[in-house]
Amino acid sequence: MATLKYDKDGRLLFTKEMKHDYKILIPAMAPYHFEYFVHSLKSEGYDAEVIKTTDFDVIHEGMKYSHNDICVPAMLVIGQFIDYIKRHNIDKHKIAVIITQTGGGCRASNYVSLIRKAFKKANLEFIPIISVNAVGLEKNPGFRVSLTLLMKLITALMMGDLLMQLYNETAPYEKNKGETEVVYQEVNTYLNAYFYKPARRVFYHPKKLFERVIKRFSQIDVDKRVKKPKVGIVGEIYVKYSPLGNNDLEKTLRNEGCEVITPNILDFFLYTFDSSIYDIETYGGSTISKYAYKFLIKFIEHRRNKVRKQLKKYGFNVFTTYKELRKLSEGFIKKGMHVGEGWLLTAEMLELIHSGAPNIICTQPFGCLPNHIAGKGMIKKIKKAYPKSNIVPIDYDTSATEINQMNRIKLMITNAKRNLTKGDKNV
Amino acid sequence: MTEKIGIDIGSTTIKAVLLDDTNTIVHKEYMRHKSSITNALIQLLYTMKEKTTTTNLYINITGSAGMFLAKENDLSFTQEVISATTALEAEANTFDCCIELGGEDAKIIFFDNGTIEQRMNGTCAGGTGAFIDQMATLINKSPKELNDLAKDYDKIHPIASRCGVFAKSDIQPLLNQGANHTDIAASIYQAIVNQTIAGLSQGKTIKGRVAFLGGPLSFSSELRKRFIETLNLTDVFIPEDGEVFVAYGCALEATTKYNLDKFIKTIEDYRQSSKKRHTKKRLPPLFKNKEAYETFQKRHQNNSLIEADLTTYEGNMYLGIDAGSTTTKLLLLSETYDILYQYYSHNKGNPVELVRKALIDIYKKKPEKAIIKGAFSTGYGEALIKNAFNLDGSDVETICHYEAAKYFNKDVDFIIDIGGQDMKCFKVENNVITSILLNEACSSGCGSFLETFATSLGHDIKAFAKLAIHADEPVDLGSRCTVFMNSGVKQAQAENASTNDISAGLAYSVVKNALYKVIRTTDVKRDLGEQIIVQGGTFYNDGVLRAFEQEIGTTVTRPNIAGLMGAFGAAKIAMKHASKKSTILTLSELQHFSYDKKNAVCKLCNNHCQLTINIFNNKRYISGNRCEKGAGIKQSKDDIPNLYLFKYDKLMTYKQPTKNTNAPTIGLPLVLNMYENIPFWFTLFDELGFNVVYSDRSSKSLYELGQNSIPSDTACYPAKLVHGHIENLRQKDIDLIFYPNMPYNVIEKDYRDNEYNCPVVAFYPELIKANMDVLNEETFIDPYLSLNNKKYFIKDFLNCDKLKQYVSKKALKNAYDKALTAYNDYRKSIFNEGTRAIQYAQDNDIPLVLLAGRPYHIDPEVNHGIPKLIRSLDVVVLSEDAINMRANQTQVQVLNQWTYHTRLYDSAKFITTLDNAHFIQLVSFGCGLDAITGDEIKDILDKNNKLYTQIKIDEVNNLGSANIRIRSLLSSEIR
Repeated sequence: MATLKYDKDGRLLFTKEMKHDYKILIPAMAPYHFEYFVHSLKSEGYDAEVIKTTDFDVIHEGMKYSHNDICVPAMLVIGQFIDYIKRHNIDKHKIAVIITQTGGGCRASNYVSLIRKAFKKANLEFIPIISVNAVGLEKNPGFRVSLTLLMKLITALMMGDLLMQLYNETAPYEKNKGETEVVYQEVNTYLNAYFYKPARRVFYHPKKLFERVIKRFSQIDVDKRVKKPKVGIVGEIYVKYSPLGNNDLEKTLRNEGCEVITPNILDFFLYTFDSSIYDIETYGGSTISKYAYKFLIKFIEHRRNKVRKQLKKYGFNVFTTYKELRKLSEGFIKKGMHVGEGWLLTAEMLELIHSGAPNIICTQPFGCLPNHIAGKGMIKKIKKAYPKSNIVPIDYDTSATEINQMNRIKLMITNAKRNLTKGDKNV
Repeated sequence: MTEKIGIDIGSTTIKAVLLDDTNTIVHKEYMRHKSSITNALIQLLYTMKEKTTTTNLYINITGSAGMFLAKENDLSFTQEVISATTALEAEANTFDCCIELGGEDAKIIFFDNGTIEQRMNGTCAGGTGAFIDQMATLINKSPKELNDLAKDYDKIHPIASRCGVFAKSDIQPLLNQGANHTDIAASIYQAIVNQTIAGLSQGKTIKGRVAFLGGPLSFSSELRKRFIETLNLTDVFIPEDGEVFVAYGCALEATTKYNLDKFIKTIEDYRQSSKKRHTKKRLPPLFKNKEAYETFQKRHQNNSLIEADLTTYEGNMYLGIDAGSTTTKLLLLSETYDILYQYYSHNKGNPVELVRKALIDIYKKKPEKAIIKGAFSTGYGEALIKNAFNLDGSDVETICHYEAAKYFNKDVDFIIDIGGQDMKCFKVENNVITSILLNEACSSGCGSFLETFATSLGHDIKAFAKLAIHADEPVDLGSRCTVFMNSGVKQAQAENASTNDISAGLAYSVVKNALYKVIRTTDVKRDLGEQIIVQGGTFYNDGVLRAFEQEIGTTVTRPNIAGLMGAFGAAKIAMKHASKKSTILTLSELQHFSYDKKNAVCKLCNNHCQLTINIFNNKRYISGNRCEKGAGIKQSKDDIPNLYLFKYDKLMTYKQPTKNTNAPTIGLPLVLNMYENIPFWFTLFDELGFNVVYSDRSSKSLYELGQNSIPSDTACYPAKLVHGHIENLRQKDIDLIFYPNMPYNVIEKDYRDNEYNCPVVAFYPELIKANMDVLNEETFIDPYLSLNNKKYFIKDFLNCDKLKQYVSKKALKNAYDKALTAYNDYRKSIFNEGTRAIQYAQDNDIPLVLLAGRPYHIDPEVNHGIPKLIRSLDVVVLSEDAINMRANQTQVQVLNQWTYHTRLYDSAKFITTLDNAHFIQLVSFGCGLDAITGDEIKDILDKNNKLYTQIKIDEVNNLGSANIRIRSLLSSEIR
């Protein structure tokens, strides 16, 4: 066990000493992305692991150690940490946990505090909690997002987004059942290896590597004559991506004969930077930060354009540029609404409708505040503009039952299938 | 010849039709499946087999409980709303709308020139068949009797329509106040109508030719009538075979042919095998074997009061009456704590009569030499009973329960009482109750909940409770609110779980709800202590008792009078206070007792309390009032400072003396953060030459004005009220409606992390714009503004074209300064009133309550008159924003980034420095952020040995539980 050090406010720090002999636990959220985070961290000298437990005890521990009315992502993340630490035979004094913090005006920005409180209740207060955020909250001497790590994380997110798209686009149409999964596992072996390359090389966008992956997926034998309804998943970021949070929604939908479209995660990051720019322009703030954020958006979009080109080359769908995405929500909700997923959520629904997936599941934790506005609150307006859109809001909660959710999803899917056979494309 | 079978498996019933090749119904079946779906289905299929002429025919399944069954067995399935749509389209294609209420789902279908829009209720929404069943049970009637009652109604009472749990807390006080059953019955139906409109129509108007489907609408003429009257419908369609209509649609949807014998075989095989194929987690059995159960029973027999014979008793007697929300309990004690008489009954809507009869019974049985020396009442109806029968006194139920518990274990650390409707937990330290926990509206898994389930599964509650004992693998049903558990049970049923396992699972749910939702314990020994007493009628259920012991891992004490502890405590207190002879009515007075009641509305202030005037012989007792005025007491308490009333009145002074007919008129909605920002906006627009008009004072009817455009039924009540206010403004003669988006609030402390508004407060204008079709884009103005930076304020304000035409930059700059001054003056006046309030409390030596909330909690429709209620107890009421500048809670464990939250922390810190000062937090249901503040404030108070009390408020207008909390809080420290 390392020496425990605290900052002036009494917050337990992740020290340099810990960097060498502690393992950093990452809660599962985006299954396609988070493994690459592990490799990004490992290649930078940290030890890390994504917690993959999904069983009932996770929910039970979460309920025990968090407030009744807190949203389900917080409950599940806390449950996953505590359950893992309690049940696995690991040295409790050699682990730390990591969590992202957005710093926005929603409950989610308090995850770090809530985990800290839960650890205290569970007598685990000696476990350091690392917050990753873009706004300079809670710094730790042993953990620093260096430039190399930042580059790796950007690439990791791009890879995750790409694999998520390729997988979802291919699996429903594969001729040989299970081939997509095999290819996915196969490409991962060399994608994971990428992160251990010398620092100099990770500064550049690994264009060839991406092409290799896309090409490999394009070789999977597919039968696109089978018409399947396209169903998009949007919503609060945790329940949108996390199979634990949404009862494995992607898989459920695929089993029901749908092609799933889950919008990219990187857009959420660009949106966060963009929101800071908006606030500086509207309410005042640092001009330097404003340009830094602008640069970041341009930089990432520049890299993503390369991927877009490659996708086009191999006949895959090309995801919307951030600039277009931004435009889509105009006339529906203003850019100032950027709490939680904010206007991006509305934009993603519209993007799906425009790209031939008018069937949408809008996911949110039960009682999610920002989604009252940008999710459920916008559905009516969207339906008015696009009468053929087929949107169903689903609330997720540890006590909500699958049957209730499924029944509503089923209604949406049935309509999606019927609209498809009607050949109704004039959305 | 091809026949078709359509099977509709719902949450409580199973329905089927057989169609011939012309699609005519040749046979139909309708039965309650009582949780064994497969059995019922097989039985039904055999009946069908007798009626068919072929063995190969089309079969299709629909309905929520049929979904998993169909999936597991790979059978053809159609979603129920689709089935209903198909059936309607087959009937005629002239429909505009269809309302279908099922056992647990509510659906609405709009047919709009070829486009069909279908909606289902969200997860948190009652207003369905199960809701009617629950409500009928509550007033002890069958659903059919409920319908008959509603025919003779006289007036409709407001009942929260959101979900059963909320509605219950509205109906309960009505029952206790003696409202007529006919009115309650009609009000229950009206609640369903309102729920359907608010929850499902979401802005679309229900009009034209409307079809009514589903059990409740087929069977209840009065429910239909409420819909017809509320929606002004003239053309209503009720299918002839209403109950099987969806099954009919499902049959029409059938596309797969089956061999009927093979089909039946499939289901039979599934019945055999399916026990092993469940996805729901199972829990350990309550008892390993018979011996374990017997040992358990023996252990609990030790805690008993002895019964003695009243007819031969001589000496002093003490009477306790617990007039609870659903039941009335009565206990007569001897000098040596023997039970001479006990009585337990459902209220049946008239507790006064029940008590009268019981008292007469006592008088008749008791010998001359047995004398009632003292009589006390407690519970919801304590005041009513005390006044009716002239008792010696009454006390808060929390105190009575503690008194009773002490008898069984004087070192008791923790008392948990689970009754029919509510749950109370008290922690005791050094002979003082240090914390009181009551279940909130949304977590009430209590006794009546078990009872409703038992009834719906076709058992009486006692038999149902016994089943739990024999459960092999109880189903884990989660532990949120009843609505969620309903669907949990539904899923378990679909997976063929036995009733034993469901019963035991429900017992676990009640316990988990108590432990993890109400008490919120993680460490039983630390949070509850070692000496635990469990009581309340629900603990008579051995399943619940055992589940409780299993879950906390230790044994507890259950007195044999678990259900009578309140009455026992009251009797004990009566003994303590006993004088020569009780003032209780004599036998002849009881025999000539007359009781009548009248309803009235108090017009003395704008709360418009619904009063019940109870007339006993020549005495009057008024209930339902919030303050002393309604009770007819002349002596005014107006001079006791009350910041909530002060702030509201102060805001109303921001008015222009006259209207300038040449100037444009701007309307400001009195909602959310506007309650604090009115001084700013009023001054700004006044300076700019506008006429300023506000929306009217909030009320239930104002809420209903806008309820059909609410898109998210889980948002907080203050937010949902906005729709009504905007609609109200729209109906006024104004040019513009101004409602800005304000992500950022004012900056008051420099150590805060940020100064956000909550997402709902910040962006509700966006939602309004997107959901209220009636708004004209030209007249509704919702810029993004922050008051913190003048330069940016001016820029953003003028960016708004609709405002720009009326305003010059120079005038705006000037107006901004004046407006900011006006706002600061307003804040100062609040601080000053706060200072006066604290001084007043000290000078007059009366307690002080910090009623902490948010600025919009001053809306009387939101706070339901709680500030007045507190004042009526001779208590000074402070608000968080009156004292937040007097202390700095610089260190909090959470992000201190919402201005309103920062005020909560700072004011909580300040209140710990005052003596005789208490803290109560008002929390609106659905406010996720208060999950964070509540915990943090509790920590601040705990560290300074102050009690944390929270009152959850919503649409419901239930002051009973608020009253108990406040009085317990005030008295728990006195003792």
